[in-house]
Amino acid sequence: MKKHILDLTVRSVERVHERYVLIKLTQSAALPPMNPGQFVEVRVDGSSSTFLRRPISIHFVDYQNNELWLLVACVGDGTRRLAELQAGDTLNCVLPLGNGFSLPAAVSEATSAASAAATASTCTGKWQKVLLTGGGVGVAPLLYLGKVLKDQGVEPTFLLGARSAKDLLMLSEFQKYGRVLVTTEDGTMGEKGFVTNHSVLQQESFDMIQVCGPTPMMKAVARYASEKNIACEVSLENLMACGLGACLCCVEKVKADADDSVATNVCVCKEGPVFNINRLLWQN
Amino acid sequence: MAKLEVNIGALKLKNPVMTASGTFGYGLEFQDFVELSEIGGIIVKGTTLKPREGNDYPRMAETPQGMLNCVGLQNKGVDYFCEHIYPQLLPTGGNYIVNVSGSSPEDYAECAARVDALDHIQAIELNISCPNVKDGGMAFGVTCAGASSVVKAVRQAYHKTLIVKLSPNVTDITEIARAVEAEGADSVSLINTLMGMAVDIEKRKKTLSIGTGGLSGPCVKPVALRMVHQVAKAVKIPVIGLGGISTAKDAIEFMMCGATAIEIGTANFLDPSVTIKVRDGINEWLDSHGVADVNDIIGAIQ
Repeated sequence: MKKHILDLTVRSVERVHERYVLIKLTQSAALPPMNPGQFVEVRVDGSSSTFLRRPISIHFVDYQNNELWLLVACVGDGTRRLAELQAGDTLNCVLPLGNGFSLPAAVSEATSAASAAATASTCTGKWQKVLLTGGGVGVAPLLYLGKVLKDQGVEPTFLLGARSAKDLLMLSEFQKYGRVLVTTEDGTMGEKGFVTNHSVLQQESFDMIQVCGPTPMMKAVARYASEKNIACEVSLENLMACGLGACLCCVEKVKADADDSVATNVCVCKEGPVFNINRLLWQN
Repeated sequence: MAKLEVNIGALKLKNPVMTASGTFGYGLEFQDFVELSEIGGIIVKGTTLKPREGNDYPRMAETPQGMLNCVGLQNKGVDYFCEHIYPQLLPTGGNYIVNVSGSSPEDYAECAARVDALDHIQAIELNISCPNVKDGGMAFGVTCAGASSVVKAVRQAYHKTLIVKLSPNVTDITEIARAVEAEGADSVSLINTLMGMAVDIEKRKKTLSIGTGGLSGPCVKPVALRMVHQVAKAVKIPVIGLGGISTAKDAIEFMMCGATAIEIGTANFLDPSVTIKVRDGINEWLDSHGVADVNDIIGAIQ
């Protein structure tokens, strides 16, 4: 999948939460193809403490309106600066980067041989019931993933976790593409607890679970999936510099081959960010 | 259109813009952004005799106008390079140079000898300045005796253009430059990264997995410029300048301070197409100042 450096125009910046903004970007030419789970490296202008680009996952691509949506958590000076963008401003983006989530129809031409092999061994064709689960800003890539899955005839179940009702983002958008279940740690919406405590995991069985969220949450879901022998993919967010597989900074230890316990370092930006859990050693 | 060709010993570059080792992968990662055959030289990731996994994560820390890294020479070894990567490089038309590292003079020499056998690689860059490995690397590059021992061993095993990459983490870089020149190096490139450190005050811990890392980016440029200027006066062999170059103006500054060619490193992370922009910018500057040949600006600042 060809990568591009684009000066995209900000169409709108909406503060959807005290810590999150939804940035909608466009350009005059049609946006290039992007897969769910891929990411964008955005250049942050005007922040003296921000040197590197910031990797932001693709929240949604609205091809009808030629819009790319980014859901950005304001965690540091760089992301706070992004939140201050105004309609009409330009945002320089390198995209689309990395390998996204597996899909029932193999549209993901960018999938590397290694991850394709790992994927093929665990999700052979069974795509009837798919669970997309995430928490915090990790829910971002699941919206576009859900949309593409629905387009391909698989209506997913979303299981979204947050601390409190006010921290659940974009619920009405998720509802367009599938059933939405919710957990909150304080019980203010949905079931009380973490996503792994939700009753749906006891009551229903899934063929595939795709996860993006805080690492402890992804590890808990991965444990559940392993125990139940369900195919599971997680999206990692190791600290990155280049986003292209050149600097070798964002490495994750993975199994050198499927049956092996020998570890080898691979770039999350290039071979991931989405990995089948069977490939991960998860030692960090 | 000014003449942009420069020579590093027997190595001919179609323009002075090269990529710094470890910042441009094998070039293949950047093919969507730049035409690889238009870059003066592509110096690939540090290659060692045996495969290396590198250091643990985290390997990177952002700094004001720069970054620290402690990758630690992760690579699949020279044999893997020769068998699997080299064939992929040939169709790109890129002018490839292999960065060679090791943990003993014999290691370096053996690795260099295997690269010597590759018909389409006309030069190596000897890394005696990596700050992120315990065994070898910078240990050789911070003393004249250590630097000499590696270059002497490699010079016997390698018959094409030999560039030696120098560490700035020394008291007097000109002494090391003279020492490697005396052992037959065809060129020196400088500077490798400056050793630095970052801490996390909340965790009360060092940020990087091995505690320290190499600093790169625009923040090191003044140091690099000063050292290039010093070394260019101290040796007769061509000097390749690097350290924080991200614009044509930066490149021209290094060349005026005595660099025959330049390498672009960390800037590739910020703009994957920066190499060609710098080449075009050099050409425009030369044209607008009535300079017909880029060689005429080399060492213009005394």
